[in-house]
Amino acid sequence: MNHLLSTADLKLDDALLVLDTADRMARVADAPVRKLPTLRGRTVVNLFFEDSTRTRTSFEVAAKRLSADVINFSARGSSVSKGESLKDTAQTLEAMGADAVVCRHPASGAPHRLASWVRGSVVNAGDGTHEHPTQALLDAFTIRRRLGRLDGLAVTIVGDVLHSRVARSNVWLLTTLGARVTVVAPPTLLPLGISGWPVEVSYDLESVLPKSDVVMMLRVQRERMSAAFFPTEREYSRRYGLDADRAALMPEHALVMHPGPMVRGMEIASSVADSPRSTVVEQVANGVSVRMAVLYLLLGGSGAERESS
Amino acid sequence: MASAAQGDPARNTTGRTGRTARPRDELRAGTADVSSTPTGSEGLTGSEGLGITRTVLSAADMNRVVSRMAHQVLEKTSGGDGVVLLGIPTRGVPLAERLARRVAAVEGVTLPVGSLDPTMYRDDLRLRGVRPLEVTEIPDCGVDGMVVVLVDDVLYSGRTVRAALDALSAYGRPRAVQLAVLVDRGHRELPIRADYVGKNMPTSRRESVAVRLREVDGADAVLIVSSDAP
Repeated sequence: MNHLLSTADLKLDDALLVLDTADRMARVADAPVRKLPTLRGRTVVNLFFEDSTRTRTSFEVAAKRLSADVINFSARGSSVSKGESLKDTAQTLEAMGADAVVCRHPASGAPHRLASWVRGSVVNAGDGTHEHPTQALLDAFTIRRRLGRLDGLAVTIVGDVLHSRVARSNVWLLTTLGARVTVVAPPTLLPLGISGWPVEVSYDLESVLPKSDVVMMLRVQRERMSAAFFPTEREYSRRYGLDADRAALMPEHALVMHPGPMVRGMEIASSVADSPRSTVVEQVANGVSVRMAVLYLLLGGSGAERESS
Repeated sequence: MASAAQGDPARNTTGRTGRTARPRDELRAGTADVSSTPTGSEGLTGSEGLGITRTVLSAADMNRVVSRMAHQVLEKTSGGDGVVLLGIPTRGVPLAERLARRVAAVEGVTLPVGSLDPTMYRDDLRLRGVRPLEVTEIPDCGVDGMVVVLVDDVLYSGRTVRAALDALSAYGRPRAVQLAVLVDRGHRELPIRADYVGKNMPTSRRESVAVRLREVDGADAVLIVSSDAP
């Protein structure tokens, strides 16, 4: 693994290795000293062309726990706002000796492009409406920790699938890990090529909930909506929001997940978001462990092939 | 204590000759040392492939050695008071469990057993591909104020133990740290010495020592594999 760009091309073995490594990293959070010398002397650059406090902070904490130096490079107020191209930015980072670049970009595919320009590892931290692999990995990690397995589970993803890179990354990763994925959304919020995805599609949330081990709610991404995808927010919420009555239809053990930030009262009711079956807060903690695992696996060795011991 | 060994003859490791002086370890194995002259391939032939494999400790030998080490731990720690056994994965962990079982059989005390993965503290991470991480499981009693006995299968350069000492400090401050190894094969690169040694085994750097354990490999044995590469 030289880069982590998408979950669609992540093999089962690699996905399991990330999850197992994250398990070990999670134990570090229990130790009195939560700092490892593993990536001492390595530099991780957070290159964010889109605002994201949560993901950037999570990567920053992960890199710092492994003793890497972290440089936050945000597009606002930098040379990028003066018209510098992605390639020039990449070459600048390269010249500064970045060992890994964590990249978020509004254009789908930007991290792929970046990976061909820099010698270090590139981690996709969300590109346009394409993928957000570490989010999917932390979701899978959270499910496995709570329910003990992923193989054979029924996972339902609800909401703005069209604009959601979280949904895309999860569909590919969870399928690789043996889960069956169903997506539920208004027809206008499903992508055109959905028939080619390894998922079932439903427009009726209530019929799917009783058969779901995991229900993953997505935020309605207002900032990406240039057209009218549904009549009103209230109508969306009434048909696709997860309220207490709907949550009661789920099996006892079933989890409610949300990648955050949540819009309470819109796609998820407060009572559900704060219920014991909600993993929202755990997902944040697990995000650090998973990102530590990814950084370790990308930067922890000589860069040669992984040991198979 | 995995202590600095000033003037330890084991440190003088010229390597190629394969005849290093044995560490002057007061707790040395009572059994005879093996000569490092290959005596032909008897017994198990491991997955090492090339070279001559010979068995140095049989399953029965290993049992006796672990029993003796258990007695030595009890003797040196006055009955195992405040002792925690931490195995270094992979094979140190089942060895630590065996030691604990022997100690329980002899003295009737139950020593807490855990595991400590030193991987993320190694100084050679950049020299090889990424190493998979192993489990660290500190017993509920913690390590603060305890006598921690690190347990590993083979003591060689000492670098794994060095990393384990660092890893341990993240979990607390033990009263003392001791080291128990099944095999000490010499060639130390750091001032580290074991407190309990199952068997001192002078080796050449070209040879490799393979410890096989029932729990991991299906059978008990200690093998020396001499590579016939030039």
